[in-house]
Amino acid sequence: MSVLNPPRSAGTRRPSGPVGAGGHFSAWANRHRKWLFAAPAMIFVGVLIVFPLAWTVYLSLTDSQGSVRAATDFIGLQNYITVLTDTERFWPAVGRTLAFTGVALAFEVVLGMCVALLLWRPFRGEKWVRVAILLPLVATPVAVGMMWRLIFDPNIGFANQLLGMVGIPPQPWLSGQDTALGTTIFMDVWQWTPMVVLILLAGLTSLSDEPDEAARVDGANAFQRFFFITLPLMMPTVIVAILLRGIDALKTFDILYATKGKGGGSFHEVETLNVYAYGLSFDYNQYGLSSAVLILFFMIIIGTMWLLTMRKKAVSK
Amino acid sequence: MTVVTDSTTAAAQRTRRRRKPLATRAYKVFRVVALILVVLFLLAPLFWMLLASLKTNVDIYDTGKALLFSPTFENYANVLQRNNYFVFIFNSFWVAFVSTALSIVLGVPAAYAMSRFTMHRSALVVLMARVIPGVSLLVPWYYVFSNLRMVGKFEVLILSHMFVALPLIVYIMMSYFDSLPLELEESAEVDGLTPIGAFRLITLPLAVSGIATAGILSFIFSWNNFMFALVLSGSKTKTLPVAIFDFVSYASIDWGGLMAAATVVTIPIMIIALFTQKYIVSGLTAGATKG
Repeated sequence: MSVLNPPRSAGTRRPSGPVGAGGHFSAWANRHRKWLFAAPAMIFVGVLIVFPLAWTVYLSLTDSQGSVRAATDFIGLQNYITVLTDTERFWPAVGRTLAFTGVALAFEVVLGMCVALLLWRPFRGEKWVRVAILLPLVATPVAVGMMWRLIFDPNIGFANQLLGMVGIPPQPWLSGQDTALGTTIFMDVWQWTPMVVLILLAGLTSLSDEPDEAARVDGANAFQRFFFITLPLMMPTVIVAILLRGIDALKTFDILYATKGKGGGSFHEVETLNVYAYGLSFDYNQYGLSSAVLILFFMIIIGTMWLLTMRKKAVSK
Repeated sequence: MTVVTDSTTAAAQRTRRRRKPLATRAYKVFRVVALILVVLFLLAPLFWMLLASLKTNVDIYDTGKALLFSPTFENYANVLQRNNYFVFIFNSFWVAFVSTALSIVLGVPAAYAMSRFTMHRSALVVLMARVIPGVSLLVPWYYVFSNLRMVGKFEVLILSHMFVALPLIVYIMMSYFDSLPLELEESAEVDGLTPIGAFRLITLPLAVSGIATAGILSFIFSWNNFMFALVLSGSKTKTLPVAIFDFVSYASIDWGGLMAAATVVTIPIMIIALFTQKYIVSGLTAGATKG
């Protein structure tokens, strides 16, 4: 409850009487408004995020397991050694996380750019297309997972019916050991390409028409204009889209857990780092080990972000 | 020579003039077809879910009745009455509403300060929350809150959802305040308002649409949130995504009921999205096109 207090105290600190009414408090509040305004949010973030993160670092150095209340021993870097030499669960999970993110992002950016270009110039019925783009984006991921479970059901699903119409034999989709990860990538592409479209479209509409017009006058065709004019100008926006979407794709959990359940399926076929860490923590109560996985996972995310930010700086110049 | 070149360029120009409308017309047709395919790809699965929710389980297993069947609302009646979904709907709404409201109260002034005083390092701390994997926070939270005997209470769920909402609101509002001109506040201060008064009476009313944007998005993210509620909610505070997830843990899947439940979760959020489309788009793309 104590954490709930800052908003209330922040409210009472603002001058409640007539504006501009003097008084020491009002003068003091105005002088220190920078920290007065920022402090409640920062304290909230500090208590709920920085402290738990520090605790995760501590836990990763102990053998904490079973009950969180059980006595733990400090075991140094033992968990990290266990995790980093684990070729059965950890490294495959790293591979799946990177494959899921990389493939999904590649599809989302290429398709997203195509759709954004289609939507760029105004046309009749634009409204309806925009609605269609918005709906997958706001749909609850768990519900979306359940929806795809039915569509990709090997026996009664619509996906296999559709394949049957063009003479392709039915596929196991989510229940196949080799096809499950690809199917979840497809779901991610369906739900999040619209996000990329919106970001890229915002970028396209903010571009000036002049370079494109000049190239047109010089006789460049549509493809030349896109690859030599529009795309280079759009690069910073493309990288922002990759950055925003990439962070979320690396952390994908809902659709994977909703479609394949604990451990990413019986053969761990969709077990990414986030699913693995969740399972270690809350299905197996291996807090020490899971904390080490999480710290490594966090480093992967930060590393990816850093690389992309560097790239963006280089492109923006 | 000059005559020849003139005539060839004239001919070339004529063909170009003739070809160009043809090319644009071909592109127009291509664009319409492509856009129809995109819309089908995006909407067909949702439509399928809606259809299945109106079918009996017998009809769902009958592939011949894919589109032609006699619709029934039995699945919805079952889900809403027998499985007590009204409680889950209320829980989801309450958690999303309170966490959004509190995040606005905390986040808007913070975003204002961070924008006006260019507190980049402080902003970075808040925005880090968008990057951290949620699981790494759940273990310590679970430990602390179970010791306080608070797991399963609304307060805990709301706090955990604020972890998502607050950074989102700060992020959107910062770019919104960045775009508001400083001169308005300055002239208000010249006219005798205190800086806080200028914020309250000038900037805040101008920021209403920004706050609406941030609030709507934060509500949607909270409504859709699954992982935090999976660990921190109890039987009385279970939210809709967790309720759907529990639906499949029984031996065989009641597809009709499951699709009805999935529709019940997604419909409210989609209706909100339809009416607030502009806000959602501007919120999702906030700061994306800055250099």
